Amino acid sequence: MRVLAAMSGGVDSAVAAARAVEAGHEVVGVHLALSRAGGTLRTGSRGCCTVEDAMDARRVADKLGIPFYVWDFSERFRDDVIDDFISEYQAGRTPNPCMRCNEKIKFAALLERAIELGFDAICTGHYATLVDGEQGLELHRSSEEAKDQSYVLGVLNAAQLAHCYFPLGTTPSKQIVRAEAEARGFSVAKKPDSYDICFIPDGDTRGYLAEKMGMEQGEILDRSGDVIGTHEGAHAFTVGQRKGLNIGHPAPDGKPRFVLEIRPVQNQVVVGPKEALAVSQISGSRYSWAGAAPLETEFVCEVQIRAHADPVPATATLEGGRLVITPDAPLDGVATGQTAVVYVGTRVVGQCTIDTTVSAVPVAA
Amino acid sequence: MIYLDHAATTPLRAEVRDAWLGAQLVGNASSVHGAGQSARRVLEEARERVAASLNSQPIEVVFTSGGTESVNLALKGLWSARAEGRDAIVLPDGEHHATLDAVGWLAAREGARVRAVALERSGRIPLAGFREALDGPAALATALVAANETGTINDAALLAGAAAEAGVPLHLDAVAAAGHVPLDFAAWRGTAPAQAGLVALSVSGHKLGAPVGTGALVVSRHAAPDPLLHGGGQQRGLRAGTQDIAGAVALATALELADAERDGENARLEGIRARVVAELAERAPEIVVLGDPSRHLPGTIHLHLPGAVGESLMFLLDQRGFSVSTGSACQAGVAEPSHVVMALGYSADEARQVLRISMGATTTQAEMSSFTAALVEAYSRLTSR
Repeated sequence: MRVLAAMSGGVDSAVAAARAVEAGHEVVGVHLALSRAGGTLRTGSRGCCTVEDAMDARRVADKLGIPFYVWDFSERFRDDVIDDFISEYQAGRTPNPCMRCNEKIKFAALLERAIELGFDAICTGHYATLVDGEQGLELHRSSEEAKDQSYVLGVLNAAQLAHCYFPLGTTPSKQIVRAEAEARGFSVAKKPDSYDICFIPDGDTRGYLAEKMGMEQGEILDRSGDVIGTHEGAHAFTVGQRKGLNIGHPAPDGKPRFVLEIRPVQNQVVVGPKEALAVSQISGSRYSWAGAAPLETEFVCEVQIRAHADPVPATATLEGGRLVITPDAPLDGVATGQTAVVYVGTRVVGQCTIDTTVSAVPVAA
Repeated sequence: MIYLDHAATTPLRAEVRDAWLGAQLVGNASSVHGAGQSARRVLEEARERVAASLNSQPIEVVFTSGGTESVNLALKGLWSARAEGRDAIVLPDGEHHATLDAVGWLAAREGARVRAVALERSGRIPLAGFREALDGPAALATALVAANETGTINDAALLAGAAAEAGVPLHLDAVAAAGHVPLDFAAWRGTAPAQAGLVALSVSGHKLGAPVGTGALVVSRHAAPDPLLHGGGQQRGLRAGTQDIAGAVALATALELADAERDGENARLEGIRARVVAELAERAPEIVVLGDPSRHLPGTIHLHLPGAVGESLMFLLDQRGFSVSTGSACQAGVAEPSHVVMALGYSADEARQVLRISMGATTTQAEMSSFTAALVEAYSRLTSR
């Protein structure tokens, strides 16, 4: 088939492209320019949109003998990912920009262009597998558990999955991928993994938000509504956060306090004990199925609420146009805006963006 | 492969290559011994030939590494030597990045004030707007003889006359024009007073079939810009560094060839261009030919293709073996929305829907016929959805 290999300049997408070539496909490499004002040089392990990253990707394509282009998706990326990221924080939610990028850029804008230009599939270096199931294509976890990236692909629907190609999905370990890159003579074989949000290369999300949204001092309240401190801007907080509250005096019970709620309109942050973080139900109206929709409106599943969180047993119910997920035991550290990905076994069934949580602990008087 | 990006760079011409290789001499032109003298003789002959082609005096020809260096030397050098109390640079919209970025640097680091001049829809610099910007008077002005993207040709003599009248030193960027447009430094300069009117003119070798790394800046004997490079005092102290004799010979040869062939070659390319434009008008009437319909570089066809992203068109054409350009690309290779097209009054989205086809000495009618068919096919594919 004709394959468009998305090449970030990292080792995973390089090896994925190489495997696509080796499998006999007609491969063209493309690097997405996601920032207009991208830096020149990579700093440390961070960032993926510098000129140096584009050059790394180009040199891999040269080694593979495939055509290579850099396509500008910076405006779409700004509109759909960066602006969304900021407005989600402004609304007091905690977004996952990498998922938004997969949903709107890599497997939407890029895929549309790929199809328009006659490609059959997009190849990426994601660690996830595609399985032909009874009801069509299924998305599953990677064999490499530590690197499994099926979570961030949970937003893909059946139509998108039909054009996906993940050559690394069955690789048992990242070490094998690095060794393969080394053996192929790729300069990126030892390039560090990137962990941070690519458009915040210094990793200082709070500083970035402060710059973009402006910070205004506000109140920190306890659960009973008493003002117990001040903060420099509610937007910078995330539900479940413990560090950086700087309240200055301990709680009456002497236990650490955590962010329970962010009230963006009032610019207030509500804090309380760890137990109060417990959530008994999460739900969202923005949901999708990764492949065929489930046959039942209620099914037993596992839910994962962050890329590196452990999945926990739960029941998923479709009711009133909402995906409602009830974990068997209450969940900690759930923030609205996060994505809840629902699994059955290793299979990704679907996801929703969490817009509502139900506390497991009634407010103490 | 059919190469249609001659405005980016054009293949080394066989005659130029032979002259270039034939001028790989032993000896530094600054050395006083016999070897140095021989080398110097070849160098100065080349300088005289370049001066003759550009109608300047040999002493006014400063060999450089190409267009970017020439432009930087002119703009930064003239800025540094500007008349006291002047702080504005006249910058028409749609200039080449070498100019934009040099002026941008002067604005950011040196406090230069930029006086922009809006272009006409045809891409031409309006004389009235240019005059208005010169008034004040400005520290210096710059303008394209011919625009590298649209191919629109300005009236260099009128622009130079306006600068002379205003008492403002003018740099002309003739990188895209050289070869196609006769360059006449002395006539354009006329009898302008010292430090005013046309004082500097940039050309680049590799746009003419000479090697990359060759070029020249004509600097009027009546102007004294400061140098960028300091060292051995070569070339009137304007460009220190051991001189590239072979490069100078190659540039001279390429300019002479272009002069000798200009009329015939321009007519040939204009004929091919007219057929392409007519065929496009018939088969894809939505496509708009940008630039000035009468005063343009004969080899350049700049197109706005509504509804089709230039990147995608370029990809489809590249797959078919046609090398065309979407305009300027940044260092990473990203096609940017063309600032030139935006300067013509188009939106950023529209400025992504452009292609620049630039023909050259090797381009044939047959190539352009197959290209036109491929372009129409790619365009209808991208817009039929």
